[in-house]
Amino acid sequence: MARAVTNQRKAINTAFAWAIGLLIFFPILWTILTSFKTEAEAIASPPYFLFFDWTLENYAVVQERSNYARYLWNSIVIAGGSTLLGVIIAVPAAWSMAFVPSKRTKDILMWMLSTKMLPAVGVLYPIYLIFIKMGLLDTKIGLVVVLMLINLPIIVWMLYTYFREIPGEILEAARIDGATLREEILYVLTPMAIPGIASTILLNVILAWNEAFWTLNLTAAKAGPLTAFIASYSSPEGLFYAKLSAASTMAIAPILILGWFSQKQLVRGLTFGAVK
Amino acid sequence: MFLRNALRAATALTLVTAATAQADTITIATVNNGDMIRMQGLTEEFTKATGHEVEWVTLEENVLRQRVTTDITTKGGQFDIMTIGMYETPIWAKNGWLVALDDLGDDYDVDDLLPAMRDGLSYDGTLYAAPFYGESSMIMYRTDLMEKAGLDMPEAPTWEFIRDAAVAMTDKENEVYGICLRGKAGWGENMAFLTAMSNSFGARWFDENWTAQFDSAAWKDTLTFYLDMMDRAGPPGASNNGFNENLSLFQQGKCGMWIDATVAASFVTNPNDSSVADKVGFALAPDTGKGKRGNWLWAWALGIPAGTDNEAAAKEFISWATSKAYIELVASKEGWANVPPGARTSLYENENYKDIPFAQMTLKSINSADPLNPSVDPVPYQGVQFVAIPEFAGIATEVGQEFSAALAGQQSADEALEKAQALTVDAMEAAGY
Repeated sequence: MARAVTNQRKAINTAFAWAIGLLIFFPILWTILTSFKTEAEAIASPPYFLFFDWTLENYAVVQERSNYARYLWNSIVIAGGSTLLGVIIAVPAAWSMAFVPSKRTKDILMWMLSTKMLPAVGVLYPIYLIFIKMGLLDTKIGLVVVLMLINLPIIVWMLYTYFREIPGEILEAARIDGATLREEILYVLTPMAIPGIASTILLNVILAWNEAFWTLNLTAAKAGPLTAFIASYSSPEGLFYAKLSAASTMAIAPILILGWFSQKQLVRGLTFGAVK
Repeated sequence: MFLRNALRAATALTLVTAATAQADTITIATVNNGDMIRMQGLTEEFTKATGHEVEWVTLEENVLRQRVTTDITTKGGQFDIMTIGMYETPIWAKNGWLVALDDLGDDYDVDDLLPAMRDGLSYDGTLYAAPFYGESSMIMYRTDLMEKAGLDMPEAPTWEFIRDAAVAMTDKENEVYGICLRGKAGWGENMAFLTAMSNSFGARWFDENWTAQFDSAAWKDTLTFYLDMMDRAGPPGASNNGFNENLSLFQQGKCGMWIDATVAASFVTNPNDSSVADKVGFALAPDTGKGKRGNWLWAWALGIPAGTDNEAAAKEFISWATSKAYIELVASKEGWANVPPGARTSLYENENYKDIPFAQMTLKSINSADPLNPSVDPVPYQGVQFVAIPEFAGIATEVGQEFSAALAGQQSADEALEKAQALTVDAMEAAGY
């Protein structure tokens, strides 16, 4: 039986949720607002919130100085490519662990997760040397592979969790009906796990989009994505906060829009199986 | 017939090779600051003159340092030119990682480079990175507040004068603080300032036998003076302040004095960004009468990693970007106030540049720093605000954390110095000194 919630309680909950939401969103909002200020207004104390001379000057400067389209394209290819490749590898892996578990399955899952516990810089030199040998430095394909490997444990874990919610009997029925393994995964399991797969893809696209260690360290002039674009506007000697904010806004805008439009899917996927 | 064909083939090959050599694409890693961005904007002139294309990788200073260090130590070959500083140049040159720049062309006039810059960017007397622009540190002060305090700033003040003036200028109720100094931990942050300051107190990082010197009276004098002055006349939360934070405070009229990079002079006198642009004076960094002033020396310079495929084109670029002609090119397009400062003597002899209010003080500051003899007593290392050994960045960052904690009131000067001494001794022993 659902618990009765009074209107007053509902209003308090709503206000609380809005307050938390605004608190989380505030840094992004501040970055966006700062991008429309002059450099002097950006550092003013007390700070201006809305009442300042709005200007597009910073966007014009950033547009003139950098090839935004190239960085954007690199981000799309790297984030999209690494996620898709990861999902292609992770679906069969998660299937086998969810439906044909062995006594080592839990250990394998933990081992996969443990790779995320190593600080990235610890393997910078080995990976850099491998990239030199394989001619992968400053290439999109190199970054696709590295980011796929980095996010693979998360993808496998997420898919494993979703697959476990699907009754094994349905797959068994498909097998009895003569479905091959490929058909079982492709036509039975995948459609049923679409919300979970979609949220996995979305979350990993966001993670890959924002990844700023490998994308800065393994690129130079050609394959740098939007993280490299932002890094080129940061400076410890000189106040370029407004320009940096404009660059940051341009870098996060695509992923913010994607997240906005797919939020229903994302929430549905993330809570998949949570409510019985 | 065979001979003729062979000759034709050889000629064709030579032409192709020459054509290829004339149309190289060079990749340059650089930092994000006004002078470097201006250089990127003028690259077309270089391409027009030589045929070489240029690709830029612009990164934040600390990211760039990590990025180029990874590449040069692994011979990654991602960059044909790297923007490096006075810290890296002698270390990398010693390791054979940089190409010697002793043949930048007949017109280059290497003797015109400011001696302090040339020394700091050389190893064993050979230039390994060409200075694009150079900086020292100096005092920037509010002329109106100094007048209000009834004081006259000498051109070369002592630390005692600065402390007394800072206290006199402080008006905490109105958020005006007599002195703003770096307090944020880091080898290039508070330790750059404090190391340079310690030179003027007669302190040094190591004696001639590479023994750490934080247990010396000179270091105690330096740190206690700094902490006392900041306590009495510094802004709140100073242990979090670096260049940008202090620049912001100064531009908003909240600092009476600021001792920092000479490059800041153009920011604080720019009326578009600074509310005190017309009330700024300049003076040399202070001393204690021991013969050394508390100013540092730094250059952003262009170096070529050994083993690059485009060495000739890279040299052509460096020769162009650090030449007298480049300075004139910038002046003609963007005015004399925007030319890269601190690299060439001839710039400071130029009548057009003499009108820039901070030009001569910048030159005097640069000339008063000696990277080969930074402190009062002899030292076994090169560098004014750093020690040019690979271990320094790590050690100094840890020492900087101790000093920053002392500034935040979490420990005393004695405790900070004791810890600094212990960790430096440990690190140097581990490094085999």
